[in-house]
Amino acid sequence: MAWTWFHRLGSPPYLYSLAARLTPWFAWPTLVLILGGVYGGLVLAPPDYQQGDGFRIIYVHAPSAWMSLMVYTTMAVAAAAGLIWRIKVAHAVAASCAPIGASFTLCALVTGSLWGAPMWGTYWEWDPRLTFELILLFQYLGYMALRSAFEDLQRADRASAMLAVVGVVNVPIIHYSVIWWNSLHQAPSVMKLAKSDMPATMLIPLLMMFLGFTLFFVTVLLIRLRGEVLTRERSASWIREAVTL
Amino acid sequence: MSGLAEFFDMGGYAAYVWPSYALTLIVVVLNVVWARRLLAKSREEARRRLAMRVGGSES
Repeated sequence: MAWTWFHRLGSPPYLYSLAARLTPWFAWPTLVLILGGVYGGLVLAPPDYQQGDGFRIIYVHAPSAWMSLMVYTTMAVAAAAGLIWRIKVAHAVAASCAPIGASFTLCALVTGSLWGAPMWGTYWEWDPRLTFELILLFQYLGYMALRSAFEDLQRADRASAMLAVVGVVNVPIIHYSVIWWNSLHQAPSVMKLAKSDMPATMLIPLLMMFLGFTLFFVTVLLIRLRGEVLTRERSASWIREAVTL
Repeated sequence: MSGLAEFFDMGGYAAYVWPSYALTLIVVVLNVVWARRLLAKSREEARRRLAMRVGGSES
């Protein structure tokens, strides 16, 4: 009985209408959090004692980097669920994740490069974290290229899901790279939340950006998911309902 | 320097800070545009599939 909600999520018509109804509930908090986070990060937070106002790039860089890893993990888990239990909807979730993850991985790389230029004196260094993050971008692009190489959607789902699952090993490598290797990249400043070195006026906008980006991911995922579910659906009766609404 | 000019100068880091924020804004906006376009396209295709079935047998 406790599993009925889970089974209903696997039903395309239910998921389609649920996603439509949930979208504004994620979109509005996203907007408030990101606008508040940007204002706090650019205006309220004090300049860093070492990096001056240059550190303010953290408010767009760190949440983008978080998105690159979190979206990939979501994609891999959904892909695994699709492979193991043959849930069509899970494959639709995985397919929806890729473009979102790819764009934020690129964003993390470029904003990191713009941060590194004045602080490290170079736009790019073959440092472990930077290198593996670049590989992550290629993983997303490879996943999307593989999907588009198949005419048959079911075969595209299965082949790309395997690639996504195998590639998930890169996520912990990126996360721990600054600890495992003597990296140029600075150590995480937020993850050790309990004893974070940041003053509250610096930290709170950053946390708002992390939460805002996460909710933004859910918002965009819900919109894409409706499209993916509709594309996969063959039964006419509920499609009529969905498209004439 | 006035307050606003000082703000835009970003302590001399303007050339790095503003492009970072601009790129992030572009990525956020594009994600919304792409997602909405995908949904609109799949609704359009679904509508076409329905239209083709009219007169035929319902599954």
